[in-house]
Amino acid sequence: MKVAETDSAVGISPVPDTWQRRHLLGLEELSKDDILTLLQTAVELKAATGGCRDKLSILKGKTVANMFFENSTRTRNSFSLAARRLGADTVEFSASSSSLSKGETLIDTAKTIEAMNVDAMVVRHSTPGSPHLLSENVNCSILNAGDGPHEHPTQGMLDIMTIYEQRGTLEGLTVAMVGDITYSRTARSNIWGLKQLGAHVIVCGPSTLVSKAWENFGVEVSHSLDEIVPRCDVLNLLRIQFERQYTRPFPSVREYAFLYGMNRKRMEQAKDDILIMAPGPINRGVEITPDVADGPHSVILHQVTNGIAVRMAALYLTISTNKRS
Amino acid sequence: MPGIIIRNGRIIDPSQSLDKVTSLLIEDGKIAAIGSEVNATVKEIDATGKIIAPGLVDAHVQLREPGFEEDETIESGTSAAINGGFTSIACLPNTSPTTDTQAQVQFIQQKASQADNCHVFVIACVSKNREGQELAEMGILTKAGAVAFSDAPNPLGKTDLFRRALEYSRMFDVPILDHPEIPELSQSGIMHSGAISMVLGLSGMHPDSEELATGRDLRLAETTGARLHLMDISTEGSVELIRRAKGRGVNVTSEICIANLYLTDEIMRTFDSNYKVNPPLRSQLHIDACITGLQDGTIDVITSGHAPRASEKKMTELDQAPFGMSQIEITLGLAISNLVVPGHLDYPTLISKLSTNPAKALKLDKGTLAVGAAADVTIIDPDVLWEVDPNKFTSLSTNTPFSGLKLTGRADTVIVDGEIKLQR
Repeated sequence: MKVAETDSAVGISPVPDTWQRRHLLGLEELSKDDILTLLQTAVELKAATGGCRDKLSILKGKTVANMFFENSTRTRNSFSLAARRLGADTVEFSASSSSLSKGETLIDTAKTIEAMNVDAMVVRHSTPGSPHLLSENVNCSILNAGDGPHEHPTQGMLDIMTIYEQRGTLEGLTVAMVGDITYSRTARSNIWGLKQLGAHVIVCGPSTLVSKAWENFGVEVSHSLDEIVPRCDVLNLLRIQFERQYTRPFPSVREYAFLYGMNRKRMEQAKDDILIMAPGPINRGVEITPDVADGPHSVILHQVTNGIAVRMAALYLTISTNKRS
Repeated sequence: MPGIIIRNGRIIDPSQSLDKVTSLLIEDGKIAAIGSEVNATVKEIDATGKIIAPGLVDAHVQLREPGFEEDETIESGTSAAINGGFTSIACLPNTSPTTDTQAQVQFIQQKASQADNCHVFVIACVSKNREGQELAEMGILTKAGAVAFSDAPNPLGKTDLFRRALEYSRMFDVPILDHPEIPELSQSGIMHSGAISMVLGLSGMHPDSEELATGRDLRLAETTGARLHLMDISTEGSVELIRRAKGRGVNVTSEICIANLYLTDEIMRTFDSNYKVNPPLRSQLHIDACITGLQDGTIDVITSGHAPRASEKKMTELDQAPFGMSQIEITLGLAISNLVVPGHLDYPTLISKLSTNPAKALKLDKGTLAVGAAADVTIIDPDVLWEVDPNKFTSLSTNTPFSGLKLTGRADTVIVDGEIKLQR
């Protein structure tokens, strides 16, 4: 296959022909091949940048716009760093300082930014489907950085990459997403990606936040953390998304922590090599106690580093594909 | 006015249980005769292979004027109705100002009369300013010509006000129309609550919201003895509740919007806001139950649910986009293609749902080809294949997801009071 000159860098495979996506909107629509390509590219880029530290020039001359219509610190910075590590320029855009507050529509805002010769837009929005709406109205690549409770594909991939680094495979592992599934985009992206790679996925949390309907999609539904802990290879402890809930789905934070908080006592029931993950920001004392968050099983900080690797991969793959087509 | 004779068409008039190929004579704006020949100089229409139906009646149309002329005007909306084969429409009171005074009723009547397209019947507000607090002046509004009362598309939320409205309406023998929905069970909802909304992370509108309201409404109709017309039925549970109520003799009629008869929530995977409607597109289970409800007479009326919205309002994030589709020009084609062609309904039943029954539900002097009745006639070409082109809509709004969709059947000729308004 033909490789454009800027694509060449030590240890980076060319974009395979099977990857045909100029947008990354969600993991649900990705094939197993697509997910493996993302994973492989992220692993290579992490190595080629000395652990996401050094700069490459494979996206030199490209511009990535960060368009965050909802607050974010870590994802925004992670995407910015990822773009700059690959040599791209970045444009920052936030809803509060934008024309949105002057009545401009989302599509017009995006078209205006695109006219500044932007190659990719990283979009976070509180409404599901907003990145999809933009992808139909602009020509640059759109990367979904979280659309309401729908999907957060790079978060799903960085969780998967973290497990892969520790275990070398996802096949046959039991991975539980614990907590607020209903309002969690992280949970959804994880579910699709993990299932494609052969993991057994459990969603566990209060019955008001974990729908029985997940069983239709081959996911195990549980309401008892104590019951599932001994069976799990990975526990991914989700934050309660208070900001998305219209009515409080459980009586108190105290009760939530009692039923679903991961603490030392529950760790005693876990497998010796269990991995503790959290997409963050973590609420110490709610879904996770400090000793567990900072303990030997925790890979929370690896997740953060891998976030840059996955986002480098996503930007590289989508922008290269858009250029090719 | 010269007379018209329509020859060789299949006349289907459910109001007289008529279904035969014969001729229809129109004179002086009225139906003059069925099946007799005339020698006088009249205009001839050859309706070979076509269906001659009483003019179609749409019981659920938003005209948007006054207040929202960027979406639709009375002129454009009535013109769209004719284009869709409807000779009479009933318009909802969600204008600005709302239709809660005699002056507003007369404004709509006057505009409709100037437009001179189809007949327009006014549905006035149940409550002042559609706020659900105080009763609007039903007596004065009825006198001004309002044919029914509703706060739609909002539901009648306050049960005590609703009960009082039903009791009060009995004096005037006018129906109360409710869009059954318990708001706290569907608030901020964008689509049907189910596995698909769960996957997409979109707020769901649970069937319970509709069914609890339907149950409440039926109970109130039963105890007050008033005339209730339930709008926007979309769930299996609602159909069952209405079926049982009708079995007990409750004075109720019901309607369903065409969109809820064939589209499922699966289509929301497109995130296309044109599919955002209320009631939401539900699952096949609910559609099947609603079709059974149409077949056994539980659901009396099919409507367009015409909700025109300017494109700038729809081309936005899903939670910002208003509900509704611009539907009146394609409703007949959608109904034939999705209900008659697959064998769910025969033509006489379809025409009863689109003409005779809505006229009865709103007590309109329409929906019939009886000799002496006003000559409102829709000639339907049941076999014509055509493609939906929103750019050719006469409605001001093109908020439809069906651009390019191929449909079977549409109105070929539309006659209002003996005057030909459309002839393709």
